[in-house]
Parts: sequence; C-alpha cells; structure tokens
Amino acid sequence: MILVWLIVVLLSGGMLCWLIARWNPMAAKWIALFAVLADLAILMNIWLQYGRGTHTSTDTWMIQYQTAWIPSFGISFHVAIDGLSMILLLLTFFLGTLAVLCSWKEIHNRTGFYYFNLLWTLAGISGVFVALDLFLFYFFWEVMLVPMYLLILIWGDKNRRYAAYKFFIFTQAGGLLMLLSILSLYFTHGAKNGTYSYDYFSLLNTQLEPATAKWIMIGFMIAFVIKLPMVPFHSWLPDAHSEAPTAGSLILAGLLLKTGAYGIIRFVLPLFHQAAVDIAWWAMLFGVIGIIYGAMMAFAQTDIKRLIAYTSVSHMGFVLTGIFAFREIAMQGVVMQIVTHGISTGALFVLAGMIKERLHTRDIEKMGGLWTSMPAMGGVAMLFTMASLGLPVLGNFIAEFLILLGTFQANVLLTVLASTGLVFSALYSLRMMQKVFLGPTTSGDKLTDITARELIILATLSIAIVLLGLYPQTVMDLLSYRLH
Amino acid sequence: MQEVLFLIPALPLMGFLILSLAGRHLSKQVIAVVGAGVVCIAAIVTIWLGINFLQAPPENGAYTETLWRWMSVANFNCSFSFRIDALSLVFLFVITFVGALIHIYSAGFMKHDRDYARFFASMNLFVCAMLILVMADNLVLLYLGWEGVGLCSYLLIGFWYETTANVHAANKAFYITRIGDTAMAIGLFLLFRELGTLDIPAIQKAAPEHFIKSSPLITSIALLLLAGGMGKSAQVPLQTWLPDAMAGPSPVSALIHAATMVTAGVYLVARMHAVFQLSPFVMNITAVVGAVTLLIAGCSAMVQTDIKRILAYSTISQVGYMFLALGVGAWSAGIFHFFTHAFFKALLFLAAGAVIESLHHEHGIFKMGGLKNKLPIVFYTFLAGAAALAALPFVSAGFFSKDQILWYAWSANGGNPLLWLVALAGAFITAFYTTRLMLVVFWGEIKTDISEPPGRLMTWPLIILALLSIVAGFIEWPHNLMHVTLFSDVVQKALPPLTEKDIVPSEYIFQLIAVAATLTGIYTGYLLYKKNTAIVAKWKEVPALVGLRNFFFSGWRFDQLYHTLFVRPFMFVTSLNKQDVIDKIYTGIVSIFQWLNGIFSVSQDGSVRTYVISVLIGIIFILALQFFL
Repeated sequence: MILVWLIVVLLSGGMLCWLIARWNPMAAKWIALFAVLADLAILMNIWLQYGRGTHTSTDTWMIQYQTAWIPSFGISFHVAIDGLSMILLLLTFFLGTLAVLCSWKEIHNRTGFYYFNLLWTLAGISGVFVALDLFLFYFFWEVMLVPMYLLILIWGDKNRRYAAYKFFIFTQAGGLLMLLSILSLYFTHGAKNGTYSYDYFSLLNTQLEPATAKWIMIGFMIAFVIKLPMVPFHSWLPDAHSEAPTAGSLILAGLLLKTGAYGIIRFVLPLFHQAAVDIAWWAMLFGVIGIIYGAMMAFAQTDIKRLIAYTSVSHMGFVLTGIFAFREIAMQGVVMQIVTHGISTGALFVLAGMIKERLHTRDIEKMGGLWTSMPAMGGVAMLFTMASLGLPVLGNFIAEFLILLGTFQANVLLTVLASTGLVFSALYSLRMMQKVFLGPTTSGDKLTDITARELIILATLSIAIVLLGLYPQTVMDLLSYRLH
Repeated sequence: MQEVLFLIPALPLMGFLILSLAGRHLSKQVIAVVGAGVVCIAAIVTIWLGINFLQAPPENGAYTETLWRWMSVANFNCSFSFRIDALSLVFLFVITFVGALIHIYSAGFMKHDRDYARFFASMNLFVCAMLILVMADNLVLLYLGWEGVGLCSYLLIGFWYETTANVHAANKAFYITRIGDTAMAIGLFLLFRELGTLDIPAIQKAAPEHFIKSSPLITSIALLLLAGGMGKSAQVPLQTWLPDAMAGPSPVSALIHAATMVTAGVYLVARMHAVFQLSPFVMNITAVVGAVTLLIAGCSAMVQTDIKRILAYSTISQVGYMFLALGVGAWSAGIFHFFTHAFFKALLFLAAGAVIESLHHEHGIFKMGGLKNKLPIVFYTFLAGAAALAALPFVSAGFFSKDQILWYAWSANGGNPLLWLVALAGAFITAFYTTRLMLVVFWGEIKTDISEPPGRLMTWPLIILALLSIVAGFIEWPHNLMHVTLFSDVVQKALPPLTEKDIVPSEYIFQLIAVAATLTGIYTGYLLYKKNTAIVAKWKEVPALVGLRNFFFSGWRFDQLYHTLFVRPFMFVTSLNKQDVIDKIYTGIVSIFQWLNGIFSVSQDGSVRTYVISVLIGIIFILALQFFL
C-alpha cells in the first residue's frame, strides 16, 4: 500500500499546486518540494527496512501490492519493488527534488500548472518503475509522456513547439507499438492458458513460438530504444533537450531515458529471453554505434544543451551494449550507468541552465573564460565534465569500466570499439570545458557566481557522484537483491 | 606500521580539499603553509616508513593496508588497498621528497599569481593521485591514480587558462595520454578475462602458470599495457604532447613532466614485469621504443631555442633510456635512472624557472646570456643538474645510472650492439645539447636585464636538489669499479633478476667509450657555441642543414603528420555532420506527408461539382468491381 502512496502523494501534490497557485505561487513551490521530499523520505524508510537486511535468494521483492482494477479483462493494480526499482526510485525522487529546486527562479508564468506537470511526470515515472501489470505499465508510460510534452511546449525555449511535437510523436509511435505487443502477448497467453491476464508473473510463464516471441519483442524493443535512445531513433532527443526548461532537461536526461533501459531489463529480457539472446549481437552493435556516433555529434555542436544531449546518446549506448552482453558484471555496470549518467548529465544540464540564465545564450561560441568570474561554478563544471569522460573516483567510471569489463567477455571486437568511446568522450568534454570556462574572457560584465540555492543543488549532485565513485558497492548490493 | 599507509596519499588529499573548498578565503601565507605542509608531512611519513622498511623488511616484502571494499560483482573483486614494496618505496620517496621541495619552491615562484590556492590545490591533488598510482594493490586502483595524474596534468598545463594556446596544450596532453590509457584499459579487460583478477600480487603469481610464454595472448596484453605506459611517458609515437605541456608553470614541469608523472609508464612496466617477461617480443619492442625515442627526442633537443622545450625533449629522451633499460631486462638500472633523473631534471626545470622569472618571463635561450655572475646560485645549481644530465663521470648522479644502462644495452640478455650504439649516440647528443644550453644561457654577454634574484624559498630547494644530483649516484657503483650496490639490493627484491649474456667484452672498455662520447659531446658543444661560433653561422647558410634543423625543431614533424592523418579528417567529418544526417530521414518523412497533403487537399476544393463527379466515379468503380468479380 505504501507504494501506492508514493504515487498518490505526487499526483495529489500536483493537483494541489495547480489549485493553490492561483492565490499564492510561492506556496505551490513549497508544496511541490514537500511532496517529492516526502516521497524520498518514504522510500529511504523502505530501503532501510528491507534493503539492508539479509535476504534469501527466493525473496527478490521487497514490497508487493496487488488489487483488482478491471478484473473482467484481467487487469490488476499490481505494484512491487525490488533492488532495481528501488535504485531507480531513489534516483527519481533525488533528481525530482533537484528539479523542483532548480525551477524555483526560472519559472515565472503559470507556476502552479508547471509544478502540476512536473509532479505528474514524476508520478508517471515512478509508476513505470513499480508497475508489474503490463496494462498498468502502459498507463504510467502515457502518464509520464503528456505532462512532459506540456513542460516542453509551454515553458520551453524559442523552438519549443517543434521540439515538443517531435518528442510526442516519437515516443507515442513507440508507445503504440508497445501497446500492440502487450495486446498480442495478452491474447497469445490467454489463448494458451485460458486465463486472460496482464500480470507480469503470469505472462512470464508464457510459452511462445520463437517467431511470435520475436515479433512481440520487437514491439517492446522499439518503444524502449526510442526512449533510450538508440541511434537511429535518437533525433528527438537533442531538440527536446535543448528546448526544454532546465528541470525538463534534468528529468529527460536523468529519468525519462532510463525508463527505456528499465523496460528492457524488466520486461524484454525475462519475457522473451531466447529472442533477446538472438538479437544480442545486433543490439550490442547498435549500442556501440550509438557510443561513437553520439560522441562525434557532441563534438560538433555549438549549442551547449544540444552538446550535452548528444553525450547522452553516447552514454546510453553503453547501457544498450551492457544489457545485451548478458553478464552480471556488465549488468551491474548498466545500473550504475543509469544512476551516474542521471546525476552527471543532469548536473551538466543544470549548469547549462544556470549559464543561460546569466548569459541569455546557449551558443558556446559566445562564451569563454567564464572561470574568471565564476570560479566555483567552473570547479563544479570541471567535476562533471570529468565525470562525463569517465574519470575514476567519480561514479561514471565505475559504470563504464564494469560495462566494458563485462562485455569484453561476451564480445571482444565490439568492446574494443566501445572503448574508443573513452577517447571520444575526452574530446567532446574538454572541448566543452574549453569553450565555456577556459580561454580568454569574452563577457564584459561581471557575472555572479553560484548563489546559495544553486550551491545546494550542485553540492548535492557533486557529493552524490563522488560517493558513487568511491562506494559503488551500496548500489551493487541493492541490485544483487534482484539478480540473485 | 602498515596502518599509517593511508596517511601518505590522504595528507595531500586533505590539502586539496581545504584549498579547493576554502582557498579563496585564505591568505597566501596560509595557502602556502597548507599546500606545501601536507606534502612535507607526507614526505616525513614516507621516509620514516622507508627507514622501518629497510631496517626490518616485512615478511612478504611489502606493507599492505586495505581501506574498504570498492567493488565486488560476480567474480570481480577489488578494494581500496595499498601495497608498498621496494619498488613502490623508491617511487614514493621521489614523489613525496622531490614533491615537497617543489612545493616549497612554488610558494616563492607563484607568489604573485592570482590563483595561488588553485595552483596548490591542483598540485596537492596531483601528489595524491600519483601516490595512489604507485601504492595501488590492484590495477583498477592503479588506473584511478593513472587517470588522476592525467587530470592534474591537464589542470596544471592549462593553469593560465586565459591564453588559448595553453588550453590547447592541456587538451592535447589529455587526448594523447587518453589514447594510451584506453589501450591500457583494454589490456586490463583482457587480463581479467584470462586470470579472473586484477590484484597485482595475484597476477604476478598466476601469470607465469596461466600463460604460455610468447603466446599471442600474453603478447597482446603486454603490448596494450605498454601502450598505456608509452602515452603517459611520452614515448614515440605518443610523445608529441610533452613539449607543448611546457605551457604550464615551471614547478609543474618539474614535478609532473619531469620527475614523476612521465615516469608512470616506467613504473607500470616494472610493476607488471611478470607479464612483460612472458613476452620477449614485447620486451624487445619496449627496448626499441626507448631507443628510438631517446634518439628522436635528443635530436630535437639539440636545436630548440626555448629553454623549457630543450628540457622537455631531454626528458622524453631520458625516459627513453629508462624504457630501453627495462626492455633489455635491466630492471634495476631503469629504476635507478628514474631515481637520479628525478633529482637532476626537477632541478633543471626549477632552475630554468628561476631564470625565466628573473628575465621577465623570457623563454628563448638566445635572449639570455651572461647569467653566470648575475644569478650565482642558479648558475651553480644548474651546472650540477647539467653535469648530471650530460652524465659527467664520477661527479654526477647521471653518470652512474646512465653508465649502467649503456652497459646493459649490450650485455644484458635482451640487449644487442645496435641498441648500445643508439644509446651511445644519445649520450653524445645529450652532452652536446646540455653544453649548448649552459653556454648560451650562462656565458656570453648579458642580453636581458634581470629583475630580481630568486628568494630563499626558491634557492634552498635548488641547493638540496643540486647536492642530490651530485651524490645520489654514489649508492650504486658500476660493479667493476667498486662494490656498492645499495640501490639495487633494495629494489631487486621487487624485481626479477638481471640475466647477462654468457660472453661479454670487458666492461672497462665500454665505460671508456661512454666517457669518451660524453666528453666529445661536451667538447663539440664548447667548440660550436663558445670557441668558434662562426661554424654554426656558416651552417645556417646551407639549405640542407637548415632543412634538417627545422625538421628536428618541429619534433620530426609528428604534429603535422597527426594533424593531417587524424585531426583534420575528424574535424571535417564532425563538422560536416553537425546537423545530424539521421534527422534528415525524419524531416524527409514529414516532407512526404506535407507533399501528400498538398496533393490530396486539391480534391477538397469546396466545389459541389467536383464532389458529385468524384462520388459518381466512386460508384462506377464499385459497380465495375462487382461486375468483373
């Protein structure tokens, strides 16, 4: 039941924000902050209760809650969390809190409706991470889409309309394919077993013809790799990222992309194991293409948010490659990558937002030498630039190292190609640092260095990324809760 | 004893944290005390630890300390754990001791700089990372230090970031070393796949049993590790970043790009000797790389005009000697050269920094001159360093270490006459360019006035390093002259024994030839730059010689080559595809729909006549269908 509360708090908090903002926009901000913090607290509590204890190998689920929703169609409200969900939910509320904080000064019009959308997106994302009923999963998948679309459409930058449409159409196209797949799985399962159910555990035992399994899986896969995103389905991402408000970019990069990876791990691999093994080589190949292509695209960009968006494409390539290596080490790396990429890229977007607030441009050719007037921000930017190129001590290194270490056992050639991503990431990361913070000072007027509120956001992110680099075992132990 | 190991890297780390978080609120004095203080304490701890180590060697030859479990997944385990054996101890001593001297020097050298705190913070972080590198018990932790020093090198090369050229130099250093690092990472993956562990002692133990000698597998592993070492240690063909790295402040060049970081490759090869020994082919490659590097860099050093670039090329060349020594199997000799080189090259860079600072940031040696009497302390200390670099017999540390390498280049099992010949030519070249540097800078007439002589904070480290550059060699004598082998006795515990060829000529002859080469080099320098300067002037009129000179001057045109081969194609491709060609597919789909929309909307023109006609056509069509089917 507590899991339902997690989502209800966000949904009702969002409604409340919308209503109350008519009278007092400030109250809406505090309600939003309070709602995500409450969720974070609830989740921490669950973690301390279940996550730390000794666990037996059979008991992979910490909490489950199931109640009938539309029983005549076999739809139930079935939610549960295991280690993987726990990690992703922690990330969701962590980044959610920061998303609320970094919108504090940025959003001036329709504040209440803004926070409504923000919280509903977060609710959709949390729902995706806990749903164990495919219909419910699809429902949450849509819940996170529409508010995000509105966030871009209403509070975005100049070209927001185009970006929002593109984001919506891409995701929706994938979503519909997934719906088709869910339905065919539902009917195939029903026809075979006689009971029609959307429940994850019943569907797990479906015996599928290899050809059927392949086609159904492809429906799921397309939806997930569009979200991930995998080259060549990535082109919505740079537009959506660069036009979205800062919090939107933070949530897109930090969480929305992760739902794709989560979907593959949670649904594609267990439901269609053999079919997934069959396409493993291709999936890894496309992952590697993504790593290199994303990095090369990032290197060429002059819009700082587009640049960071393409680095996401590159980093998520590691995720795809790692998942389909089918090695435990690589899988641990994938989950680390999900978490650390969320934090590091999120931080980069937050920084880009702060720079844009000060300079009113996203063009890195118009920046330069910002370190002189903003040494503290420069220092943090250096930290996250280094995180993005996979410097040890920071979490991203653990992730990429484990992924490569694991995939190497599966495929040497592709791993070697993927490793060149380490060189490419250095190329685009240092170029970004150079154009923005180093070099001769271009801006004449004095810029203010980070404020107290910004310091809180950036310090939290910095501490998180360092802790993940030094004590990654905490996350890994949580995940092995599931892997055992 | 073992419980204090963590203090050695933790102290500089603490300095880094204090200075980076609170540095802006501290006075310069406090910053200097913190920045230099932590490294000095680390040096004291190291020396104390070293004395204990030598007096009562630990049973298994190493102190170990595990801090915490870092990662543990499936069969992959690694911890934050340190291990100090004799080899690490030598490196630890050099890093902390020379590091401390350089920090003290920097307190004076950087005193007018705006970013005093940032400088010391980066330097402290560097020392911390370098210490982790040499103390690491497993290769992942070693890699952490390895990348950490790369970061600090980048930060410090680009310390004066407002000049674009400096930032480019910093980026270049990072890029090129990253290529080596990536190769090394792949080497680690391969090692792990084969052995299931990345703990160094476990690898040392398991490798000889697991791998077949000279098998392609072990050769690839060794080659990949070597590539990592070549990147960090600026060996051909990954050497091009080091001359540009001189954009950083002089103490940085002394610490990172002379004494410590560039020798990380040497450490890696020596540390992984169990792997390298299994592949004689890669050992040969190591030796050849070293030999080629020392020659190429030496030639470039002869014609440079920037005092720091001369020293940079000479560093590449001296590290080449170390690789040569390791490659022929003279492990201890290679490490010994690292040991002496750290003192005299750090000294030379610091002294050069003092010269540059006194001459209003003038780098060109031909604009210097006559400094002998103006800066006496700098002169005498520089002289001691130069003597060591040129390997002046018996009065310099460099002689003892280089003589060993020359001898083993022939006589060791992996050696051969050709390697010896190259090394000998290198000795001649080194002596020549060192003499040229000394004569041009310190003799002759004064060309630039000096501003102020260096203060005591700067001169004391110079004096101490000068003394060490003279006496550090005495702990290891050529064994045909005197039986003093203090150094090799210690490091030999951590390294494989040296095997020599059965039949070798007399060592005395080789020593005489080496001494002759050095002296000829010095004399040639004296002849060309002091006694008869007309010769050089005459050479400058011969086009072929000028061409050769320019070729050497540009570092054998490696930069141009890489620019054409890699940089320009990469820039071209990326800028060509800036708009993302894949997006064209989707915009194409959109265009098709817009086009179709244009066509179909013609049918919806609002005229009743058209609608009636199209309805009629539809009816006829359906009827026709029914009729024919």
